[in-house]
Amino acid sequence: MDLSFTAEQEAFRDEVRSFIAGALPPHLAAKAAVDGHFEHHEVMEWHQILFRKGWVAPHWPQEVGGTGWDAARRFIFSEELEKAGVPTLSPFGLSMVGPLIIQFGSEAQKARFLPKILSGEEAWCQGYSEPEAGSDLASLRTTAVDDGKGGFVVNGQKTWTTYGQYADWIFCLVRTNASAKKQAGISFLLIDMKSPGVKAVPMLTTGHTPAFCDTYFDNAVVPQENVVGPVDGGWTMAKALLGHERTLIAAVGTSTRALARVKGIAAQHGLLEDAHWRGRIARLEIELEALRMQNYRALAGAQLGHAPGPESSVLKIRGSEILQQTLELAMDVMGPACMAWFTPDGVLAPQEQWIPSSFNYTRATTIYGGSNEIQRNVIAKWILGLPAQA
Amino acid sequence: MDFELTEEQKMLAESAASFARKTSPVERLRKLRTMPPTEGVEQRHPSVGDPRNWEKAVWRQMAELGWLGLFYPEEVGGLGLRFFDASLVIEKLGTTLVPEPYVASVVLGGWALLKAGDLAQQKRFLGPMIEGETSLALAWQERGARYDAGAVETKATRTAGGWSLSGEKVYVLNGHAADHLVVSARRPDGSLGLFVVDAGAPGLTVTSITTMDSNRAAFVKLDGVELEADRHLEAGDALAAVEWALDLAAAAACAEGLGIARAMTHATVEYIKVRKQFGVAIGTFQVLQHRAVDMFVQTQLLESTSVFACVNADGDDVDARRRTVSVAKARLGVGAKFVSQSAVQLHGGIGITDEHDIGLFFKRMQVLTTLFGDEEFHVRRFAARPGFDTTVGD
Ligand SMILES: Cc1cc2nc3c(=O)[nH]c(=O)nc-3n(C[C@H](O)[C@H](O)[C@H](O)COP(=O)(O)OP(=O)(O)OC[C@H]3O[C@@H](n4cnc5c(N)ncnc54)[C@H](O)[C@@H]3O)c2cc1C
Repeated sequence: MDLSFTAEQEAFRDEVRSFIAGALPPHLAAKAAVDGHFEHHEVMEWHQILFRKGWVAPHWPQEVGGTGWDAARRFIFSEELEKAGVPTLSPFGLSMVGPLIIQFGSEAQKARFLPKILSGEEAWCQGYSEPEAGSDLASLRTTAVDDGKGGFVVNGQKTWTTYGQYADWIFCLVRTNASAKKQAGISFLLIDMKSPGVKAVPMLTTGHTPAFCDTYFDNAVVPQENVVGPVDGGWTMAKALLGHERTLIAAVGTSTRALARVKGIAAQHGLLEDAHWRGRIARLEIELEALRMQNYRALAGAQLGHAPGPESSVLKIRGSEILQQTLELAMDVMGPACMAWFTPDGVLAPQEQWIPSSFNYTRATTIYGGSNEIQRNVIAKWILGLPAQA
Repeated sequence: MDFELTEEQKMLAESAASFARKTSPVERLRKLRTMPPTEGVEQRHPSVGDPRNWEKAVWRQMAELGWLGLFYPEEVGGLGLRFFDASLVIEKLGTTLVPEPYVASVVLGGWALLKAGDLAQQKRFLGPMIEGETSLALAWQERGARYDAGAVETKATRTAGGWSLSGEKVYVLNGHAADHLVVSARRPDGSLGLFVVDAGAPGLTVTSITTMDSNRAAFVKLDGVELEADRHLEAGDALAAVEWALDLAAAAACAEGLGIARAMTHATVEYIKVRKQFGVAIGTFQVLQHRAVDMFVQTQLLESTSVFACVNADGDDVDARRRTVSVAKARLGVGAKFVSQSAVQLHGGIGITDEHDIGLFFKRMQVLTTLFGDEEFHVRRFAARPGFDTTVGD
């Protein structure tokens, strides 16, 4: 058992740290220091800075634009990014469809899509959920019918499409075989958002942000070469991708930054010296530390080449709960001020400005990416071996 | 002990429930509220952004129903009932998030006036409010004061004809729309005083802000606001009056929270009966059943604690009042959190959209748990009671 990082790894950490210090533009650094809320174009600005450095996709194989770092370096890298509070890059291209295309895509698909994901020229969104297909994704109804001319005609509706309004492409699960059983007739299809018949309509979240869309497909024609993996083999793709989403959702970095902000706000309100408030903050930090240690163990497993298994559900469950509790604590620390809602300057301190909105939006973390109930079902079935519910 | 409502109380609660349903469904709040601008989003529920956020005509309707004077003495125009009667109305108004400033005006502003003012002042300011002609606000809170009614730096200085007030008040409920603000300020001898300031008085700057619960509140600056001597409420102790008004409002928050908890639990139970996933209603899953059951359990506790608080809130036994109000308000912190978080969780994605009412209820619950002392405040106050060290249960 060795819980330390090597000298080489520590040197790497210094290199990352000084890169960030030099490369993060002052206006983004200012936001990172204050409220940590970034608009889409600011996220893309940072994306391009990392791209130019060659560090935008450390988890990709080197031959398609990755860094060739081992798991420990990738971890150190992401930890330093999180500590610095830089914008979190959109996961849909870099962490979801990108790795999937790398694993299952054709050479032509790799050449067509990967470079623009890396450069940030094309933004992606995820079209899985439908009004009637949420936790039970395999009941999805959006259809893609062979038009006999090398294309699929797509009809249906996706929903909760995060940042669909900014996306150039959407990766979808669609039904290509109506007669096959549930999971069997689904394909993984890449659709150009500019195709005629595709429309993303943004909706407001309870945090008053236009963070997701209803996405409609009305006879949209999509070339058949945009299917990733075999036609009707999309469910395997979807499962490969979901495992990945779960580890992202541990959100240790997001919670770390949020808790640091809680301490700042508590200090500002003169509460940090109070034993009771200190205790509440400390208790939550201990929960976060436990999660961080759990995450280290998962990382060490990945270092040895183990694929993330159902244990990643532990990270998802605790990660989402801790993030929610951190925002709840932030609201408590703000006290009566937490009722202020998009108020002019001078009402809230700058670092408090986004807390009420985030507090509301963060309720989503136990719902998306496989709800926490579904995560518990996964552990019950795949780890504990419990029989299925009657 | 008798927990049965009288026939009159049942009728009162029923008329409030019907008012909430018919006159002010949640849709009405959506229309009135002000939505901060958001690029590229078409509002499916257009809002007019009413600067008042509530309507005078509806306020008058509430007056005609007798609600604005329910628990005020007949000599000032009230019905002479008890606060518990009003809590039945407040609970029902909560079920559809009625935006009229019942708590701000009737409970907070009104009670401070009643307890600190003399009969002439009570008649002058409470009378028209009870008639629905005016509304009130209590401006007690200052920056950094959190929930401490005594943490007041606003100054009242004597002038030839009366008083002059200077200072700042924050998060004044209904401060943006009230005709009269009851303002706490420190007098030259260091004691707390209460004063009635008219909207529009020279030297008064009212900044209206939007609040998380689709309502409004005000930041109020007083810069040498001149008052006649008869605007000074000195028949009762000012600090005691404000603290009492805040206890009454805390009890009101519990009643309103109860109404919302009932509405959320009901909506959630109905939803999981009809929402299908994996070929069955999700209410089939036992884990969701138990979560719904725990929402019910919490709502039961909210009801019991709210009843005790509301019965004691206007009584003369100060210790009983503080104890029951702190129990109920601390419980609201726990129960409201569980109920509202579970409701969102069991609704899945639609619980996170602005378009679904669950989100509006969720926000109002959060505001109710912070107003008039949060869980932290009331737990501390409970533990600071005389007798806490040696007794349990009384
Ligand atoms: C903010 C946000 C962003 C999102 N972004 C995207 C996106 O970009 N792309 C995309 O495709 N989707 C996205 N989603 C959708 C998300 O994946 C779904 O909301 C999620 O899968 C749950 O589905 P549902 O909302 O239909 O809820 P339902 O599946 O209807 O679930 C309702 C409740 O029932 C519970 N439940 C369901 N089945 C079971 C069971 N078997 N056992 C126990 N409990 C159960 C759930 O846990 C939940 O509490 C997003 C959602 C949110 C809130």
